[in-house]
Amino acid sequence: MGKKILLAHDHVPGIQTYEVYRKHGGYNSVEKAIKTMSPEAVVEEVKKSGLRGRGGAGFPTGMKWSFLAKPEGVPRYIVCNADESEPGTFKDRYLMSRIPHILVEGMITSSFALGVNTSYIYIRGEYFYIVNILEKAIEEAYANGWLGKNILGSGYNLDLFVHVGAGAYICGEETALLESLEGKRGNPRIKPPFPAIAGLYGCPTVVNNVETLAAVPFIVNEGGDEYAKVGIGKSAGTKLISASGHINKPGVYEIEMGITVEDFIYSEEYCGGISNGKKLKAVVAGGSSVPILPADKILNLANGEKRLMSYESLADGGFGGGTMLGSGGFIAMDEDTSIVENLFTFARFYHHESCGQCSPCREGTAWMEKILHKMIDGHATLSDIDLLWEIQAKIEGNTICPLGDAAAWPVASAIRHFRSEFEEYVKNPKAINKVTRMAV
Amino acid sequence: MSDIKFSDETLAVANKIIARYPEGKQKSALIPLLHLAQAEFDGWLSPAAMDYVASLLNIQNIEAYEVASFYSMFNLQPVGKCLIEVCRTSSCWLRGANEVIQHLENKLGIKEGETSTDGMFTLKAVECLGSCGTAPMMMIGAQFHENLTHEKVDAILETCKQEGKRKTYLDNVVVDKY
Repeated sequence: MGKKILLAHDHVPGIQTYEVYRKHGGYNSVEKAIKTMSPEAVVEEVKKSGLRGRGGAGFPTGMKWSFLAKPEGVPRYIVCNADESEPGTFKDRYLMSRIPHILVEGMITSSFALGVNTSYIYIRGEYFYIVNILEKAIEEAYANGWLGKNILGSGYNLDLFVHVGAGAYICGEETALLESLEGKRGNPRIKPPFPAIAGLYGCPTVVNNVETLAAVPFIVNEGGDEYAKVGIGKSAGTKLISASGHINKPGVYEIEMGITVEDFIYSEEYCGGISNGKKLKAVVAGGSSVPILPADKILNLANGEKRLMSYESLADGGFGGGTMLGSGGFIAMDEDTSIVENLFTFARFYHHESCGQCSPCREGTAWMEKILHKMIDGHATLSDIDLLWEIQAKIEGNTICPLGDAAAWPVASAIRHFRSEFEEYVKNPKAINKVTRMAV
Repeated sequence: MSDIKFSDETLAVANKIIARYPEGKQKSALIPLLHLAQAEFDGWLSPAAMDYVASLLNIQNIEAYEVASFYSMFNLQPVGKCLIEVCRTSSCWLRGANEVIQHLENKLGIKEGETSTDGMFTLKAVECLGSCGTAPMMMIGAQFHENLTHEKVDAILETCKQEGKRKTYLDNVVVDKY
């Protein structure tokens, strides 16, 4: 069994409630930070921990925090990104609904560290039922003196609110999220300025993912060095992996970074192998945006070594032969899966979710969906594969926010690794269609 | 002005939400208030409902329209009492989302995007709802229905019919196994 940090008490009955959470050491980090540490010392521990943003980008959290501008007399904010919308990802939902107080605690400790007096949790609208769970946890935290005025007699004040979205993948992009929180359409902002300088209401703001903030209590309680000891190299700590697709045991697993991909897929502790005794065909390892890899490439590196579940190992081989850890949305596909049809669901997704601000993304995602639709309908020609390739190449890097890249990478990687399947599909769509019966 | 307005109880909730944002930034409450309006005014946002929300926040009506039209969860047309939202993205597709949609179409006698003639059900295919590990899934109101089978879908439809009431995102639902 690997080290558990976030889900250490996941199986304790009643851990959702304040009393049980507190009995298992909950809110100790707030007490320790406020009573015995300076805000700067908390930031220092987070830097030492090597914690990286768990939403997908993997940017070092301590460094992100240190960019936060602190002009006199200007409020600053922490906004928790609970907009979890990356297809294949459901770990934040799991964590918030099972152990809501770990997020509340993490936000209080982090807010103290950054001198923030008002924080928001921006949660996707589809998770409305979790709003109630979070509101209850926040209420309990207020009632027990962890939120509100003069916390633990320190003179430090903090208010924490939940803010609900209304269905828009783009709002997981931090500047779109801030626009949405201001009551606008979720159109990403041009950066710079970064939120650390001009974020919510034009004030300095840190936006962190649920899982990132939830790791802060452990780091404060045990020290950044202890956290850094878990995991492997620059992939410090644990990662929540959302496992789905054709596996025997889908679900959320907290892994210590550095286990092999093979172990993750086949061991009983995690996914328990491919369902129905089938063979693994491909994996999308970090949410829909990251490059898809065929079985041999996800299991092994080019040099023959086993690939590991870590930022570095998953990226090994670059975009030609590697992928990314991303949000940890791990989708496994068995030998019967049509890569073309799966890609169609991604292309349709990105077209639906493009905010429409940038032409390459707005037009390109529509084209990609249409071409794949045409393939599935059996009307495509071989040159459509090249057209698909050209379109994705023209989107990548040409948009304000990373949604364009996110839409392009799955298409590029599917063609790169499975071109012959696209060709077969174009030549004889009916033969392939029989297995998955995609109706469009 | 139309006579559409919140009940006293909902208005109190709306005011509590507005107070969560700094002075002068009450527009932040727009999305939460549109949710309240949709839940209270028959499951969709009519122009009158959006105008009313705009008036509560002292913003232009157009500001409410442009936001309401951006987000997938806001219905700008009437929908059935039970809006069935079936996830169709990769992980759900891999585990049979298309069959679920087809089964619902057959069962309800409508196509995806349509409302049954009795006004009870609207069927909508949606993008990833974060339920990939328990696929296939559908959402009705705030409730996630997961690991769907045809039998399970039938039972859920039956319950909806028997209850006969409108499901909204604001419903207090029984938490699923997560």
